[in-house]
Amino acid sequence: MPHSNCFHCGLPCETEEIHFDEKSFCCNGCKTVYAIFRDNDLSYYYELEGAPGKTPELNLGKFDYLDDPGIAERLLEFQDESHHIISLSIPHIHCSSCIWVLENLNRLNPGVLSSQVDFPRKEARIHFNSEQISLKELVSLLNAIGYEPSITLEQYEGSAKKIDRKLIYQLGIAGFAFGNIMFLSFPEYFESGEYWLEKYKGLFHWIMFAFSLPVVFYSGSGYLTSAYKSLRSGMLNIDVPIALGILVLFIRSTVEITLDLGQGFFDSLTGLVFFLLLGKFFQQRTYSFLSFERDYKSYFPIAVTRLKTDGSEENIPVHEVVTGDRLLIKSNSLIPTDSILLKGEGRVDYSFVTGEARAVSKKSGDRLYAGGKQLQGAIEIEVLKPVSQSYLTELWSDAAFSRNPKTAFRNLTDRIGKRFTVAVLTIAFVAAGIWLFIEPARALNVLTAVLIIACPCAIALAAPFTLGNLLRIFGKKGFYVKDTESLERMALVDTAIFDKTGTLTTTRRNSIDYTGIELTEAEAILLKNTLRASGHPLSQTLYKQLAPYNIIPLDNFEEHLGEGLEGRLADAHIRVGSSEFVTGAPPAQAGGSEVHVSTNDRYKGHFIIRNSYREGAGKLFEDLNRDYSLAVLSGDNESEKAFLEELLPPLTPMYFNQKPKEKLQFVRELQREGKEVLMIGDGLNDAGALAQSKVGIAISEDANLFTPACDAILDSSQFANLGVFLGITKKAMKIIYMSFGFSLLYNLVGLYFAVTGQLEPVIAAILMPLSSISIVAFTTAATNWIGRKIE
Amino acid sequence: MSVIYMLLAISILIAIFFFVVFIISVRKGQYDDSYTPSIRMLFEDELVEKDTDVSKFNQLDNSN
Repeated sequence: MPHSNCFHCGLPCETEEIHFDEKSFCCNGCKTVYAIFRDNDLSYYYELEGAPGKTPELNLGKFDYLDDPGIAERLLEFQDESHHIISLSIPHIHCSSCIWVLENLNRLNPGVLSSQVDFPRKEARIHFNSEQISLKELVSLLNAIGYEPSITLEQYEGSAKKIDRKLIYQLGIAGFAFGNIMFLSFPEYFESGEYWLEKYKGLFHWIMFAFSLPVVFYSGSGYLTSAYKSLRSGMLNIDVPIALGILVLFIRSTVEITLDLGQGFFDSLTGLVFFLLLGKFFQQRTYSFLSFERDYKSYFPIAVTRLKTDGSEENIPVHEVVTGDRLLIKSNSLIPTDSILLKGEGRVDYSFVTGEARAVSKKSGDRLYAGGKQLQGAIEIEVLKPVSQSYLTELWSDAAFSRNPKTAFRNLTDRIGKRFTVAVLTIAFVAAGIWLFIEPARALNVLTAVLIIACPCAIALAAPFTLGNLLRIFGKKGFYVKDTESLERMALVDTAIFDKTGTLTTTRRNSIDYTGIELTEAEAILLKNTLRASGHPLSQTLYKQLAPYNIIPLDNFEEHLGEGLEGRLADAHIRVGSSEFVTGAPPAQAGGSEVHVSTNDRYKGHFIIRNSYREGAGKLFEDLNRDYSLAVLSGDNESEKAFLEELLPPLTPMYFNQKPKEKLQFVRELQREGKEVLMIGDGLNDAGALAQSKVGIAISEDANLFTPACDAILDSSQFANLGVFLGITKKAMKIIYMSFGFSLLYNLVGLYFAVTGQLEPVIAAILMPLSSISIVAFTTAATNWIGRKIE
Repeated sequence: MSVIYMLLAISILIAIFFFVVFIISVRKGQYDDSYTPSIRMLFEDELVEKDTDVSKFNQLDNSN
C-alpha cells in the first residue's frame, strides 16, 4: 500500500494515517500543530514551503526549570519590569516558512511583542511581556509548534557573546581611503603640467597623506603587531615582509611629499592593505549556525530535578548538584553525573558517551555513568560525584584540550614567509650596495623600491582565497570545515582512524538477520504482540521491523528484567530473550545483540540485530587504503569483529572496548611515531581523540544537533565522499603552490624596475592590484574546477 | 581658483558623511545577518499589523 506523505512534516505516514480537514497527517502531533496554525490564521505557513513542519515532541515538565527565576535571569538577554528579551537557538529553522511563523508568534500569544529570526545563526530573538507569558510558557509554546529551542549548559554559563566587527571597520576604512586616494592621485599620473595641477599638487598630497594615516595605523595595525610579535619570537612569518612593505611605503611617500620629490605611493599603500584585508575577510566567513567548540556542557541539560528529603521536587542548576543528592531522571533525559540507581528500571543508552551500540538494562543498586540517556520511565538516582568530576567530564582535564592550536601549526604561507623575507632583504641590500658605487644618491631609492615592490600581497592572498573558496564549496556539499587552517592540516594527513558506533554505523537503521526454523504465522503474530508489550529497546527495534500483524491482546505477559519476555495466547506459549533465558545455555558470543525465540518450549532460532553500516563504508576504506594507513577504534565490544573484517580491507587494525581516554592515548602514540592523524568520530567518547588528532572530523546525522568539539563536521549523507574531500584538499595545496609561482613572476617584473631604479608610482599602482586580482581570479577558477567533481 | 578648496572640502565632506553612515550601520548590526531580510521582505503582503514600541528597545540593545 503506498503511503501518503504528512501534510505537516512531509514524512510518509507509515504507522497510522490521520485524515483531518481533507489532509493526511502522520501522527496526532502533526495534526495538532496544523490545527493550531489554521485556527490562528497562520495557514500561510504551508503555502510558503511544502510540508515545512516537524513533529513536536511532547515532553511534559521538561521545561519546568525555566520557572526558576535564577535560571531564567541567566538566559534572558534583557529584562525590565515586564519587558523581556531572549535569544533562543532553534535548530529546526530551515526555510522561509520557519522565518515567517516565528516572526508572527504574537498571533499565537499576544504576550509575544515581537520576534526576529536570524536565519544563518538559526536563532530567534523574542521580545515578550512577562505578565502575559512566562519564559516557560513561551518555550513550551515553541515546543508545541515543533520549534523546540535548544537550551544548554553552555549558554547558561557563557556570557553574552560579542560579535567582533573589527575586521569590517578595518576593511571599510581601507576601502574608503583607497577609493578617495585613487581619485586624488590620478591627475598626476598624466603629468600634463597644467597650471592648476602644479599649483595645488601640495594640497592633494597632504590630503592623501591624511587619508592614509588611519589605513596604516588602524586597518593595517594587525599586520604591524603580528610582524612585531613574530620578530620577537624569532620566527619570520609572512606578516614581516608585509609590515615592512607597508611601513616603507608610508615613510618613503611621506618623505617624498615633504621634500616635494614626487607624489608618493599612497594609492598602492591603501590598495595593498585593502586587498589583504579582503583576503582575510573572505577567509573568515564561517558557519555561524554550527559550533566547533562544544564540550560536554552543550550536551548536558542546565537543570535537574532534585528530590528533597520530604519527597517534594525542586529544579536546580546542574552544577549545584552535590554528592549524596537524590535526583529524578525523567524518560529521555540525560544522567548528569556518576550515580547509583535507587528506584525504577534503568534502560540506559550510552552509545554517545562510550560507543556501546546497545542500551543496557540497570537494576536498583547498579552504578550509572554520566552522559547516559534514560530511555524509558523515570528513575531515581543518588549522586556519587559532582558533575565536573564524573567519569566522562574528567576527560576534559587532559592536556589535549588546553593546547593552543594556533601555536601548534604554522601554515604554508608563514613557512614560505621566512625564506621570502630573507630573499627580499638580500636582494634589496645587494642592489642598494651596487648602486652605492654607480650613483650613491639613488641607493636609498632602490632599497625602498625593492621592499615596496616585493611586498608579498599576492602570496598572502593565494591561500586565503583558495581555501576560503574551498570552504564554501565543501559547505554546500555538507562538509563543514571550521577554518582554512583545518583544510591545510587535512592535506597533510597520512593516517585515518575511524570510530565504529555512530561513525561507521548509522543509528537510524538496524539490520536484522534470523537464523533457525521458520516461524508459522500464528507464532509470528504471537511474537509481534509479545514484543509490543515490552519497552526494552531491543524489543522495540525488532517490533518495528517485523511484518505488520493485527494487534491482539495477550492472555498473559511477563517481563523478566534483563533476561527476556514470556507471552501466552490461548494454548500457545512463547519465550523471547537472551540465550540463557530461552535455552539455558550461555550465549555463543558475547554481546547481547541476539534475541532467541522458543515456542511451547521448542527452540526456534534467534535474531541477530546489528547496526547497519553506512552505505559506501567498505568502498571508502578501499579508496583510503591506497594513500592512508587506517584503523578502527571502537568503544563497543568485539561482537561485530568478524563482520567488520569482511566489510573492510584485509588487515585493517581494529581495537575494541576502548575507553575515551584510551582513544586519546592511541592517537598520541601514533603522533609520537611521527604520524599525522585524522580522527573520524561522532560522540563524546571520541572528543579526546578528536582534540588530540591533527584533524578531527565529526560525523553527524543532523549537523544542528550536538557534535563534539572538532575541526570539521561531515553530514552523514556525504560519508562515502570523505575520500574525495580529502583528495581535493591535496589538490588545493597544489593550486596554492602554482599561485606562489605566478606571484613570484610578478615580483620579478617589479624587481626589474626596482633594481634598475625606475620604479615610478604609476608602475607600482598598476602592478600591485594586477597581481592581486589575477591571483584571486586564478585561485577561484581553479578551486571551482577541482570542486566540481563532488557529487 | 580658490573654488577648488570649496570643491575639495565639499567632496571630502560628502565622502566622510557616507563613511560615517556606513560605520553606524555596521555598529547597529545591519551586516550581521545579510540573509534573513532578503526573505522577510517577501512576506510584506502577509504581515498585517506591525509593532510600534519595539523600535526603542532595538536601539537600546544595539548601543554596545
